[in-house]
Amino acid sequence: MSPARRLATALALSTALWAVAAPAPPALAQTTLRVVMHSDLKIVDPIWTTAYIVRNHGYMVYDTLFAMDAKGEIRPQMVDKYDVSADKLTYTMTLRDGLLWHDGKPVTAEDAVASIKRWGAKDSMGQKLMSFVRELQVVNPKTFRIVLKQPTGLVLGALGKPSSNVPFIMPKRVAETDPNKQISDFVGSGPFVFKKEEWKPGDKAVYVKFDKYKPRSEPPSGLAGGKVVKIDRVEWKAIPDHQTAINALLAAEIDYIESPPHDLYPVLKQDANVRLVTLNPLGNQYTFRFNTLYKPFDNAKVRQAVFYAFNQEDFLKAVIGDPNYYKTCKSFFPCGSPLATTRGMDGLLESNVEKARALLKEAGYDGTPVILMHSTDLAVLANLAPVAKALMERAGFKVDMHSMDWQTLVARRAKKDPPDKGGWNAFLTSWVSGDILNPVMMGFMNASCDKAMFGWPCDKEIESLRDQFARETDPARQKAIAEAVQVRETLYPTHLPLGQWYGAVAVRKNVSGMIEAPVTVFWNVEKKGR
Amino acid sequence: MFGYIARRLLATIPVMAVVAVLVFMLLRLTAGDPAAIIAGDNATSQDVAAIREKLGLDRPIVEQFVIWLGRILQGDFGESFFFKKTVAELIVGRVEPTLALAVCTLFLAVATAVPLGVIAAWKRGTWIDRGVMGLSVFGFSVPVFVIGYALIYLFAIELAWLPVQGYQPLAEGFGGFLERMVLPSITLAVIYVALIARITRASVLEVMNADYVRTARAKGLGELPVLVRHVLRNAAVPIVTVIGLGVALLIGGVVVTESVFSIPGLGRLTVDAVLARDYPTVQAVVLLFSAVYVVINLLVDLTYTFLDPRIRY
Repeated sequence: MSPARRLATALALSTALWAVAAPAPPALAQTTLRVVMHSDLKIVDPIWTTAYIVRNHGYMVYDTLFAMDAKGEIRPQMVDKYDVSADKLTYTMTLRDGLLWHDGKPVTAEDAVASIKRWGAKDSMGQKLMSFVRELQVVNPKTFRIVLKQPTGLVLGALGKPSSNVPFIMPKRVAETDPNKQISDFVGSGPFVFKKEEWKPGDKAVYVKFDKYKPRSEPPSGLAGGKVVKIDRVEWKAIPDHQTAINALLAAEIDYIESPPHDLYPVLKQDANVRLVTLNPLGNQYTFRFNTLYKPFDNAKVRQAVFYAFNQEDFLKAVIGDPNYYKTCKSFFPCGSPLATTRGMDGLLESNVEKARALLKEAGYDGTPVILMHSTDLAVLANLAPVAKALMERAGFKVDMHSMDWQTLVARRAKKDPPDKGGWNAFLTSWVSGDILNPVMMGFMNASCDKAMFGWPCDKEIESLRDQFARETDPARQKAIAEAVQVRETLYPTHLPLGQWYGAVAVRKNVSGMIEAPVTVFWNVEKKGR
Repeated sequence: MFGYIARRLLATIPVMAVVAVLVFMLLRLTAGDPAAIIAGDNATSQDVAAIREKLGLDRPIVEQFVIWLGRILQGDFGESFFFKKTVAELIVGRVEPTLALAVCTLFLAVATAVPLGVIAAWKRGTWIDRGVMGLSVFGFSVPVFVIGYALIYLFAIELAWLPVQGYQPLAEGFGGFLERMVLPSITLAVIYVALIARITRASVLEVMNADYVRTARAKGLGELPVLVRHVLRNAAVPIVTVIGLGVALLIGGVVVTESVFSIPGLGRLTVDAVLARDYPTVQAVVLLFSAVYVVINLLVDLTYTFLDPRIRY
């Protein structure tokens, strides 16, 4: 046999051996939805962090006592029935029958109470709620009471808040973990089971249908209603490169991209097997945040000058571009949500340069440069700061724009140092509308000085109005208070709303049943074929 | 020889120590705070401070360094700030894809570049030579990610012959492993082929005019034995050197290629860890890459003794 023949024979034999030795592919009896989320799942404790990807993980694995429906109303979820005493000081809640943890044990009132305590120690709205709570009582294995010191309208709204930190219910043994320490037991009672052994950070996170999950009988609506799972397995694939993710979707290697960048929508629209669906009707809000500790933004009049100098359209056009995916909204509360209002906003956000200049003169602005942090690596934020710089300079500000990646910005914004010593004066960001639905929930409206979020605004009037809102139980009066907060914000701006924008999910045509909600969830989603 | 190896291995200790100090300090001097990233966008300053304390980042840098060094000396690379896993676990889970990509790339590059370089030298001045050198310039000039996207577009999207992305472990089947390795390996091999082909051509040209080659031809040896036995063997030292040096290129290329093809290897781990300021992971991966680089250089030096008997250590 010639050497060439010997080589050919060896190759053929080894190929045949590989074919025999290689394990058979797993049986394809189950439906798997392969998803690229907006970020890789690195942390799995939705109380320890406020990161949105961890919140989304929480909705897969855990359930909530209450949830927000498509109309923005709070509905019972794990709770079967609840009762409010005549003096509005005691809420008695009874859990639904048949709620089980993924390890098969029943969900109890003790679990719910321990979970509320951990969340209440960490979440800002939870902390506010807990300041009203006198006691959390376990009545029996399925019933617990929240006893208040004084009435508040926050109880249901806080327990049904849709976004970070969501009060997910965990087993008592898990919920007793120090809130500043990560949990290491991932048992939940939600519609999906987290497959810890298959979780490979940087590669994939895997969830399988929880067969014993008992959905509510109502149809799904927003984050409320029946969570009926129609797929066996969901794989969150970590594909950080947008172009690769889109290529994989076009090649049917994945089924779903949670947040493709706007500039690639045209590529997706060209493919007949892919569709773009907007699932978050309230969208997101761009925001300009002031650091009120230092000149020039320690002066409210200078901040008002920025309010007059800006207009929303310029920001939205520069970043989103396609008017189908943005709208101007002169309200601090998201347009389309119950508290949205234009009260006090006349003449603002219209790029009235003369008015802005006059305010700067009145305030005695001395040309102190504004250190504006510019995030360069996230497509939905990158163009905001240059627009802000141009508009502020037109109004007479001196602006020193510092470009950096988002993670550097996140670290720098937490520093209280003077702007010329590593601190900052302003930056731009985006909020999911579900996080800013009322004055208590909206972190940037917190004006409690040192205890406020970075920017540290300090205003007794705003704080007083936020307290009034928290105590109020009548929705009409809550709305009036929200309007009053907004009017106060125009005089003492803590931040500026710069318009609403929407993102679409990209899915293969054989995927359907996605739910419109402020958070991406996977119950009710169907996939035809595999 | 063994004395030489021992001396070289001992010499790696100060090298690794310098790398350790540099990577530790550079990370601390880089802007960014892992605690702020962990806490998330809605977190308050108090939340961030609590996490900093938990991670030990509120301690003086020197104290943090001493603690880390102490653990390293005991073989403990610590726990990732983000993942509930040890750094060692993370690295072990990511070694296979990177190793597979590196081996496939090296195999492909050497198997393509050496014959191309030899042929170019042998046919010096002809259109073949100019063609090979033209391709080499192209390989140097086009960024890795452009080649990657172009290959994906052609072979995965248009022709649908190969998958766009992902990695299948060898244990789950050779077919799936191979089809996911083809495009990344070609992508990464292009620049490597360009480098090795050029060096091979230059080395072979130098040897082609040597007296012993003329003698071999005068003896009546055919061109192939002359090229393989006499020319290539004597031209091998610079080629092996450049292959060894190219490992640094390969490490850099792996980072980009793994991102473009979504391969969960050490390159992706490095990028993710740097972006997240996951100090323990970045420190361990950089130390690992440095160790690999040092060991490969040692192996290259040892290879010289086999290729050229005149070299003695």
